[in-house]
Amino acid sequence: MVSGPYMFLRTRVDKVNAELVTLTYGTIVAQLCTDYDYDYTQVNQQLDKMGYNIGMRLIEDFLAKSNTGRCGNFRDTAEMISKVGFKIFLNITPTVTNWTADNKQFSLLFDENPLADFVELPDDGRAQDELWFSNILCGVLRGALEMVQMSIEARFVSDMLRGNDVTEMRVTLIRYIEDEMPPDDE
Amino acid sequence: MATTVPDAVTGPVFALLIISKAGSLIYHRTFPTTTPGTSAGSLTGQSQAQTVGTLGLPGTSTLTTNDYLVLAGTFHGVHAITRSLTPKLPVTSSSGTAPSGRNWTYPDPTVPPSGIESLESSFFRLTVFQTLSGTKFLLFTDPSMPNTDVLMKGIYERYADYVCKNPFWQMEMPIRIEAWDRSLGQWLTRR
Repeated sequence: MVSGPYMFLRTRVDKVNAELVTLTYGTIVAQLCTDYDYDYTQVNQQLDKMGYNIGMRLIEDFLAKSNTGRCGNFRDTAEMISKVGFKIFLNITPTVTNWTADNKQFSLLFDENPLADFVELPDDGRAQDELWFSNILCGVLRGALEMVQMSIEARFVSDMLRGNDVTEMRVTLIRYIEDEMPPDDE
Repeated sequence: MATTVPDAVTGPVFALLIISKAGSLIYHRTFPTTTPGTSAGSLTGQSQAQTVGTLGLPGTSTLTTNDYLVLAGTFHGVHAITRSLTPKLPVTSSSGTAPSGRNWTYPDPTVPPSGIESLESSFFRLTVFQTLSGTKFLLFTDPSMPNTDVLMKGIYERYADYVCKNPFWQMEMPIRIEAWDRSLGQWLTRR
């Protein structure tokens, strides 16, 4: 847990220095770059996969702590992700915006990103265009929402680390997973 | 089923079962209730003498691990059936159809149908909590046990911490984690 003011938390939840989290994540990314010979596409995929595995477990922590019921629609889900989920685990509240007319796509705008503090991408002519440093967050979201029967796609479309003005993650609802909630017969 | 109830039964939590989303039993544990001061529950499989059945109910026979597996599988099916059985109240034609175009409505349209949440007999009450992620916690207590929902929330928090965050526990697989057993025992037997 990143330090900062807390809502919804039990008093015995421990705080961890934010810089330790940032450094641990940075080390993981740097190690992956080395392991995959700086094939940034592969690094992005591995970060997403790692995030997916984290998300599938993190959702239980989120549900246990937040006392959240089932979200009625995708807009409610987005608000829950931004105002509760990110607040609990990273102490940030990204902005939900850029909805499509069908209410199946939205963006999360990150004014701050604790994972990326102190980070400058490698000056190798490719990282700026190929590496999504915080791609683990996309996987976390996909894994967590899949556990509550939502199949989504999440991907970064801009990143301040790349020199963009904003860090933006685009989230798309693909479908509700039906194994748990079969459609009514009548 | 039991024919007598000892006067001095204490410790009103009898057993906890956890059923995975897919319907398999991933955890079961009983909390013998013979005398005050006994150790905080015992793990199934330990060679420990008990004066009551493994579900903690006086006079019941001991259940084997296979019995628990069958019980969990049966319950998984019953849970799905009871959700399907949610009553559908007809909407009279004079008042038109429901917003979705159906000619029926649930007794409480604001609440999605759920499976069985509580089952009570003279000897025990079963409280069921299904998480949004599909895991089912089955808590067997004395029928007079109050606030089982508070107990259940504490169980879920400990599950999230000690089970889900253990990187060597594989999801949907049996739970064999000492810290979880210890924490759960403290939570359920301190009353």
